[in-house]
Amino acid sequence: MDVLATVRDGLDTFPKLVRHDAQRFPRKVAIREKEYGIWQSYTWSDYLAQVRRIALGLASLGLARGNKTAIIGDNRPQLYWAVAATQALGGVPVPLYQDAIEKELAYIVDHAEARFAVVEDQEQVDKLLHIKEQCPHLEFIIYEDPRGLRAYTEPFLVSLERLQELGAEFARDNPTYFEDEVAKGTADDIAIICYTSGTTGTPKGAMLSHRNLILTAGNAIAAEGFRRDEEVLAYLPMAWVGDHFFSYAQSIVAGFSVNCPESAATVLPDLREIGPTCFFAPPRIWENLLTNVMIRIEDAAWPKRKLVQFFLDLAQDSERRRLGRQPVALWRRLLYPLGQLLVYGPLRDNLGMRRIRIAYTAGEAIGPEIFVFFRSLGINVKQLYGMTEASALISIHKDGDVRLDTVGTPLPGVEIRISQEGEVLYRSPGVFHGYYKNSEATQQVIREGWIHSGDAGFLDRDGHLKIIDRAKDVSRLADGTIFAPKYLENRLKFSPYVREAVCTGQARPYVAALINIDLAAVGNWAERRGIAYTSYTDLSQKPEVYDLIHEEVVRVNRSLQADDVLRGAQIRKFLILHKELDPDDEEITRTRKVRRGYIAQKYAALIDALYSDHGHVPIEAKVTYEDGRTGTVRADLRIREAAR
Amino acid sequence: MSATDGTGPLLEVEGVSVRFGALLALSRVSLAVGHGEILAIIGPNGAGKTTLLNVISGFYHPYEGRIRFAGRDRTHLKPYDVAGLGIARTFQNVALFKGMTVLDNIMTGRIIKARGNLLLEALYWGPAMSQELRHRAFVERIIDFLEIEAIRKTPAGRLPYGLQKRVELGRALAAEPELLLLDEPMAGMNVEEKEDMCRFILDVNDEFDTTIVLVEHDMSVVMDISDRVVVLDYGRKITEGPPSEVRTDQTVIDAYLGVPHAS
Repeated sequence: MDVLATVRDGLDTFPKLVRHDAQRFPRKVAIREKEYGIWQSYTWSDYLAQVRRIALGLASLGLARGNKTAIIGDNRPQLYWAVAATQALGGVPVPLYQDAIEKELAYIVDHAEARFAVVEDQEQVDKLLHIKEQCPHLEFIIYEDPRGLRAYTEPFLVSLERLQELGAEFARDNPTYFEDEVAKGTADDIAIICYTSGTTGTPKGAMLSHRNLILTAGNAIAAEGFRRDEEVLAYLPMAWVGDHFFSYAQSIVAGFSVNCPESAATVLPDLREIGPTCFFAPPRIWENLLTNVMIRIEDAAWPKRKLVQFFLDLAQDSERRRLGRQPVALWRRLLYPLGQLLVYGPLRDNLGMRRIRIAYTAGEAIGPEIFVFFRSLGINVKQLYGMTEASALISIHKDGDVRLDTVGTPLPGVEIRISQEGEVLYRSPGVFHGYYKNSEATQQVIREGWIHSGDAGFLDRDGHLKIIDRAKDVSRLADGTIFAPKYLENRLKFSPYVREAVCTGQARPYVAALINIDLAAVGNWAERRGIAYTSYTDLSQKPEVYDLIHEEVVRVNRSLQADDVLRGAQIRKFLILHKELDPDDEEITRTRKVRRGYIAQKYAALIDALYSDHGHVPIEAKVTYEDGRTGTVRADLRIREAAR
Repeated sequence: MSATDGTGPLLEVEGVSVRFGALLALSRVSLAVGHGEILAIIGPNGAGKTTLLNVISGFYHPYEGRIRFAGRDRTHLKPYDVAGLGIARTFQNVALFKGMTVLDNIMTGRIIKARGNLLLEALYWGPAMSQELRHRAFVERIIDFLEIEAIRKTPAGRLPYGLQKRVELGRALAAEPELLLLDEPMAGMNVEEKEDMCRFILDVNDEFDTTIVLVEHDMSVVMDISDRVVVLDYGRKITEGPPSEVRTDQTVIDAYLGVPHAS
C-alpha cells in the first residue's frame, strides 16, 4: 500500500483512517476482548461507532482542540477507542503506565496538563482522586468498569456508559459535530504524547504527529508485509510506544485485528487461544516463556526429557550454524522433520505460536541463546531496534537476513549514521516533534537534523546495525580493559534462574555482579531438592542457591574466553540481592531497564563490599509497597568469589 | 427479585435457643437484619457465633424461638429449602470440591436455580442447553467480579487458601442470594488477602445489593466494613450497635479480656 498517497488523499489522521476502515471492511473484526470467558468481537464499523460516541461524550464535557486526555489501564478496547476519540476532536491522548504509583502519575498528569482522564477501574480512579489536588488541570475522570464506584459521589467522576449517553444527547443538537471535527484534523497535529520511562531523570513526553506514525506504520507494512488478516495480542502497556504502534497505529493503517487478553494473569492461555500471526515481545517476555518451557521439561519423565533435549540441541546447533552462514550437516537436516513432528510442532502449539509469521523482540538486547532457542523451533523471531522518538521503528531484521548479533538494517525511509564517538544517529519521517514543554531536552537529542540515540553501536559490512550498550554505560576497568555491562548482564539472564543482573566495574580492578534470582525457577528448583525456604530473601541467601548461581557465572565467564575484546571483563565476585529490583523502588524502569546510576547510589555499600575482602555484607533497605507505603527489609548478604 | 416489599427487616431471629445435650449453645438470642445491611457477629471462642449461622441456614433447628426470613416464618426448614429461599453461605473451613475446577465449583452454586430434566441434560439438548448457557454466563460474571479469570480451569484443591476462600464466596454468590452468611471469611489470610476480601465483601453488598451477615475474629475488619455489630458471649447476646459504640462498650471488653475477680 502506498502510504504517501494515502496521506496525500486526505487520510492523514487516525480518526480518518478508522472511518476509512469502517467503509473498506465494515464487518471485519477490528478488536476483540476476552470478557466473561468469551472473546467479544467488535468490527471496524463498531469501532467507528464507539469512537464517535465517546468523542461526542467528551465534546459534551467540553474537550477542545489541543486538550490532553490521560489514558490509564490495561489494554482494553474502550481505552483504544478513547485514544481515537480524543484524536477525533483534535485532542492529544497521553497513555500512562497502569502500574505507576501516585507520585509518577501526578508528575505526568500535571506536566501534560491533562484535562480529562479515561481510566479502566476503581484502582486508577482512587489513585487519581488522591493526586487531583496536585493536578489543577484535571477536570473529569471517566471510568470504564463501575465496580466498587457506585458510592463515589464526586461530580467530576463519569462512567463511560454515562459519557456515551451524554454523547448521544450532544449529537441530537450537533448532528455533524463529530464529522466536522474529524475533517479539521491534519497530518501534523500531535497524535500522541508518549512519556518515556527514562533510565535517568524525570520522564519526558515525546510528541508524535499523525504523519510520523502513519508513515512509519506504512513503511513497516511495506517492508514486512503485514496483512489485513493479521491477529495480534495487545498485552504490553499502552503507555509504551511499542504497543501504541502495533496495537493502534499499525492495526488501523493495515486494518488488522487486535486482541485484548482477559487479565494480566491470563496472557499465556489467551495467547494460545488466539494464536496470533504477529507477536511482539521485549526480551523479558521471551525469557519468561523460555523459563516456563525449561521448568516443564525438567519436570517431565526421563525418556521424554532426553528426547526433547536431544531434538532441542539439534535444532539449536543447526540454527546457530544457519545464522553464522555455515553449512548444516546433512544428518541434522534429515532429522529436523522428525523433531518437527515430535517436539518443535507440539511445543510451538503449546506456546500459542503455531501461526506466527513474524515475531519481534525489542526494547533491550536479547540473549543470543534465547533468540536461537525460539528461532530453532521455527518461530520467525527477528530483532527490531527502535525508540519512542522515532515512532517506534529504526531498524529491523529482514526475512532471510537475520543475524544473531545485529538489530537489522534500517527501515525504508530511515537513515543511520555513526558519530565520531560511536553513538548511533538517525533521521526518518517518524522523527518526533520534540519533548512536550522541554525544548532543552529536545535540543540535546535533535542536533543538526539528526537524533542522537544515546546508544553505542556500529554498522557492519552488510549495513547491519550492531548495538553494544548504552553509550554512557560502556566503560573501562581501572586497567583500561573495555567493559560493557549490559553484554554481561544479558548473558547472565539467559539462565532461567537469573531474573535480573547488574554488573559494575567502571574504574574498578575487576567486574562484580549483583544478581536477582528468579523466584519461580529457583523456588521450583529448591522444592525439587527438598530445600525449605520461607521468603524470597531467605531463598536468595541459601548456600545451595549460591552454588547454583555460581555455575551460571562460571558459564558466562567461560563464554567470554572466546572473545578477544571482552576477555578481560570476566565476573570476579558476585552477590545475590535480598529483594527483586522493582520499578516501584525506582531501581528499574516500568519497561524493566536497569537504572544504573540509581542502583550504584542505593547499593553503594554492597558494591564497595564486592571490592573488599569481606565475605558478607549486612543491608537494611527501604521498600515501597504497591500502595506507596514504605517498609524496611534487613538481611545479611553473602559475597562469593567466582572460580575461573 | 426481593420477596418482600422491603419495609420490614429481611431476617428476624426471635428468642432462639439451641441445645446440644446439656450444653446451651444459644440462649434466647434475638436480632434483626435490615435490607442491604452488613451485620457482623463477634464474640470470644465458643460464644455461639457459628451455631447462630447454622441455625439461620437451617443446619440446626432451634429448640425454642422463631426465625423469619422475608416476612415468613421458616424456623424448621431444611438447608436445601433455605437455600431456595435466597440464603447462601460460606464455611469456616473451606468446603469446596477439591478435584473440580473453580468454574465447576461455582456452577454447583447454580443448582438451586436449575430445573432438572435428566434426559435432556444428558443429551445437552433443547432447554437443558440454553439453561446451561444462561448459568454459565452468570457464573462468568462472578468470575469477572472476583477477578479469578486466571484460575477458571484450575482444580480448587490446588489453589492457595486465600483463593479457595474467594472461590467459595463465588459459589455462594452463584445462588444469587438475598442474604449471604459468611463464616470467618478472613480466617488464615495474610494482610493483603484480607484487604482484597474486604473489598469484595463491600463490592458484593454494593453491586448486588446483597445483605450480609458475617462472623469474624479480626476486629479491624469488623470495624471497617460492618454497619452494625452483634456481640455474643456464652450463647447470649450481650450487646449490639454500630462499630464505634461496640468498640468502647465495657461489657464487650470484659467478655474478651475477662473480668477480674473482686479483690
